[in-house]
Amino acid sequence: MSNLFPLRLCDAQVRRRGKTILGPVNLELDGQGLTIIVGPNGAGKTSLLRVMHGVERLSGGTVQWGMNDDHARERQAYVFQSPIMLRRSVADNLHYPLRLSGMARGEASPLVADWLARIGLQGQRQMQATRLSGGERQKLALARALIRQPEVLFLDEPCANLDGRATREFETLLLATRDSGTRIVMATHDLGQAKRLATDALFILGGCIHESAAAPAFFETPQTPELASFLRGDIVE
Amino acid sequence: MTEIFEGLRAAFWLVIALDPELIDIALRSLQVTLSALVIACVIAIPFGTYLAISRFRRRRLVIAVVNAMMGLPPVVVGLIVYLLLSRSGPFGVLGLLFTPTAMVIAQVIIITPLIASITHQAMRELWAEYHDLLISMHTSKWQRVKTLMWDGRRNLLTAALAGFGRAIGEVGAIMIVGGNIDNVTRVLTTAIALETGKGDFALALALGFVLIALALLVNFAIHWLSRTEREGLW
Repeated sequence: MSNLFPLRLCDAQVRRRGKTILGPVNLELDGQGLTIIVGPNGAGKTSLLRVMHGVERLSGGTVQWGMNDDHARERQAYVFQSPIMLRRSVADNLHYPLRLSGMARGEASPLVADWLARIGLQGQRQMQATRLSGGERQKLALARALIRQPEVLFLDEPCANLDGRATREFETLLLATRDSGTRIVMATHDLGQAKRLATDALFILGGCIHESAAAPAFFETPQTPELASFLRGDIVE
Repeated sequence: MTEIFEGLRAAFWLVIALDPELIDIALRSLQVTLSALVIACVIAIPFGTYLAISRFRRRRLVIAVVNAMMGLPPVVVGLIVYLLLSRSGPFGVLGLLFTPTAMVIAQVIIITPLIASITHQAMRELWAEYHDLLISMHTSKWQRVKTLMWDGRRNLLTAALAGFGRAIGEVGAIMIVGGNIDNVTRVLTTAIALETGKGDFALALALGFVLIALALLVNFAIHWLSRTEREGLW
């Protein structure tokens, strides 16, 4: 069996209506750690995540996993900024990805029960998922993404709409996921969160990777004036 | 006014007495309409859902045609089905003309576009909501259709009930292809038309009330079975 990693982006570019949204981006991602993507609004964080995930049409360049795209896609998961809940019960939301990959309901049930316990929603298992609170929804979306045991997990500002407690619970789950060996790539707006979670980080500006480094150095000794002022909290455009 | 009260009274007695002829006609109405509804749903619901999720050339044209076909005049549909099924027509050998099967065929043609169109409208909104998630999960086309049909089943019920309403009250097409033959192809609507023509308004009205009651009953039964309007928005 071939390896999912490394992921290589070669001059990857996304243009829409004559405007360059992303790129050209050159990037290599190996199988370890938690990469944080930071940058101002509209810099291309979401586009970069979607390009890596393979759901954004490229205008130029290539995105190459270590294996063919179909198989690679099955080993990835994506969590959106505003969680998309299927109009079913909480438990059925977790059943859904397992059923997609052909697992029988009986076989899936213990896994679902396990994940319900991990995100603390056992009591709401029969509740309609769309009635959950924002924090509960995002935890459910994370569990739904992780239940197929992806090798890489993309998150697009998952805590943007969460309060402190919900964010902390979410981060705890995320760190447990990282420690179990899942590669995580996450865009965030919250610099505190970035510092808490990152093993390495990318700074995106104007659709390009402006600076990248391993975690403490990235935040403590920025090499470019733009990143330095971004980290200080100034407005960078 | 007196005719209406007499009609109500006659309807009351027909129902109370379990008039065998009335029951026969009412059951045939239900049988023809429900058969047509099931067939139309099997065609229209996956088709409408597929239209909502896929992008192909001429898609807009297909949608416009389906929407336009909602307005097909039943009499014309009846005439065309009549010509196709008549002895000299291409399907004459099947001997279907003036049978309940012919009536089912005509009704399927009339209600399929209606159900497909309502399905498409409802599924389009659900697809907009689910799009990113289902794409990200790497689902196949058929898995997407199944997911939408299941999660949108309440909306599909509305589509089916609209189809039922149109079919049960339809008279023009089934009169032509069925022929309104006593004990064979006579249903509530064609019987009403016949009794009205004969001037027996009380009986016609009685049948009319039975028809309305039947339609209401089926709607309530389906709503009750599917437990709509009970929990949540959907």
